[in-house]
This record gives sequence, structure tokens and C-alpha cells, in this order.
Amino acid sequence: MENLKLTDKLSRFIVSWILLMIVWIAFTTSFAAQELLVGVGITAIIAFFTIPFFTCCTLTILSPTRVFYMIYYLFVFTWELIKSNIDVARRVLTPSLPINPGIVKFKTKLTTDYSRMVLANSITLTPGTLSIDIIDDTFYVHWIDVKTTNPEEAQKEIAETFEKILLKIF
Amino acid sequence: MSLLFEIIGGALILIGSIFLLLGGLGILRMPDVYNRLQAGTKATTLGGMSLILGVGFLKVEDDWTWMVKALIIVIFIAFSNPISSHALARAMYKRKRYPLIKNDDGNMDAYKEVSENIKKEDKK
Amino acid sequence: MTYIFYIALLFMMVGVALAAIRFVKGPTAGDRSVALDTLTTIMVAALVMLAYIFDRYIYLDVALVYGVLGFIGVIVLARYLEGAL
Repeated sequence: MENLKLTDKLSRFIVSWILLMIVWIAFTTSFAAQELLVGVGITAIIAFFTIPFFTCCTLTILSPTRVFYMIYYLFVFTWELIKSNIDVARRVLTPSLPINPGIVKFKTKLTTDYSRMVLANSITLTPGTLSIDIIDDTFYVHWIDVKTTNPEEAQKEIAETFEKILLKIF
Repeated sequence: MSLLFEIIGGALILIGSIFLLLGGLGILRMPDVYNRLQAGTKATTLGGMSLILGVGFLKVEDDWTWMVKALIIVIFIAFSNPISSHALARAMYKRKRYPLIKNDDGNMDAYKEVSENIKKEDKK
Repeated sequence: MTYIFYIALLFMMVGVALAAIRFVKGPTAGDRSVALDTLTTIMVAALVMLAYIFDRYIYLDVALVYGVLGFIGVIVLARYLEGAL
């Protein structure tokens, strides 16, 4: 992180400045001049001092195709969340508790830490799976209804829908 | 228009409260800690999100700031719930609460060998 | 419209009661922390609903802060149970 170029640093600074400014407006929920002015100052200071560790991406993250895929990811994720809740409701309400739990592992193709974190959070909220640990590129996942213990098949079953989109964003 | 928002808001609130109830029921009924985490996390995440969005929809015409605040809480729940459940699951495994396994064929618990290796390295 | 609130509050109350049974009964500390995590999320939702019923905007901030504190509490509990604290 020490050997970032100046342009790189500047573009990271601008990304976190914009994001923090959006958060500021959302929290204050007002467009009064003095509020905006204070917000611009404070967010600039925070963004400046957190360049080395707070930011994940340069300005290229805001390109239209990536933003489109982010919104697409949001819809896919919401649909999976609803599906997983119906699945949980069915399991909880059945008197005999139809579960077959176990822990499976699989390898991911994602390379950056941020994309792995998003994938881990997503598979926790998708049908029947709960991520337990990530070691390098191996995910360990608790599965409420184990269909296969083979890593490749498990990867296809659990993570492929999200991975395809995340590869295009990061 | 206001009737439409009322119907959407009321439906979301009802669905949300039903899922919150199912979350409590899942916590009570499931046999071991990992299955409890699964049921509890998923059901309360969607339940809370939909109930809070429902309240935002009911207020959206009077005062749009309610919707913005509701969205902040929804985003916060969506981020924080999986992280805390993940931390709890890993802590439980490190305390040797091994998951319940029904049809054991030898490789149903892929994490066991890894966690033993981690402990050996810690002792060195 | 008010009937919907009564029904929803009833459902949430039953949910809180069921999670509380697990909180009291839970054989180990882990089960109790899981129940606490669930109770926190249900309480955040309940606070947002009370904000609408009493028409107080400030209760939303209370719900947000309660959620943040509950999240930090569960993370600290998990680190403690893991033996890293």
C-alpha cells in the first residue's frame, strides 16, 4: 500500500469522498447550505486520512457497466434472500425437521479481499448455507441440506450465480 | 396514490412480522447451534428489512426523510447480520462444538482437519 | 389499518417470547449469544414500528444506535468465546 502512485491516491480519495458525502446527506437528510458545507469539510478530512486502508477501489469502480452490474447484483441477491427465507420457513414449520447438515469446502475464483467478503456475506443469506471460515481461496460452508461433498459441484451449487457477477464488478 | 402506499406498507409489515416470528420459532426448534444460526439469521434479516421498509412506505408521502432513515437501517441490518452470524459460527467451532451430522460418510465435516492444523500451529 | 399493527405486534411478541425461551434454556453460551443476536434484530424492528405508532422521528435514531451497539456486542462476545480477547 505504501507505493501507490499520486494519481492512484487521488482517485481513491475522490471515491471515498463521494461515498462519505452520500452517507452524510443520508444521515442529516437536509440540503441546507451550512449542513452541506460542514459535510464537505468533514468528509474531505476523513477521506484524506484514510487513503491507505479505507478505500477498496479507484475511480474505475464508478464506470457505467460496473454500476449496472452492481444494481443487477442487488436484484439477484434480493431474489435469493426471499427464496432462502421460504426455504427456512418450510423447514421450520415441517414437524419432522427435514435437515441433513454438514460442512463442505470449495475454492473460489475471486482474487481481491473485498469481493471475497461480499461473496461470504451473500452465501450466508442464500438458501441453506452459512459461511464459517475463509482461508486463502477456500471457503468452508455449513450446509443445512448437503447434496454433495465434492468441492467443484458444491461451488457450482452454492456460489456460481454470485461469482459470475462479482467477477465483472471487481 | 396514498391508498397504494398504504397497501404496500401494510403488506410488507405483515410479511415482516411473520418472518420475525418464524425466526424465533427456528431458534427454538433447530437441534444444534449452526442450524439455529441459519434459521435465526435468515428469517430475522428479511423480516426486519421488510418491516422497516413497510414503515417507510407508510410515511413516504408525509415525510420522505423517514424513508431515507429506514433505508439506512435496512442497509445496516443487511451488512451486520451475516457478519455477526459468521463470527459466532467460527467462535463456536473453535470451542469444539462440532456440528450435528445425520448421514455421516466420513467427509461431511471438511473444516475439522483445518481447525486441528490451526491449533497445532498456535501451540508451536 | 390499526388492526395490522396489532397483528404484527402480536406476531413479534410471540417471536420474542420463543427466542427468550431459547435464551433462558440454551445449554451453552453459544446458544444464548445466537438468541441475543436474534432478539437484537427483532427489537430494532419493534423500535421502528413504535416510532411510527407514536409518530416520533427520533425513535428511528434510537433504533439505529441500538442496532449498532447490539452488533458490536455480539462481535465482542464471539471474540471472547473464540478465546482471542
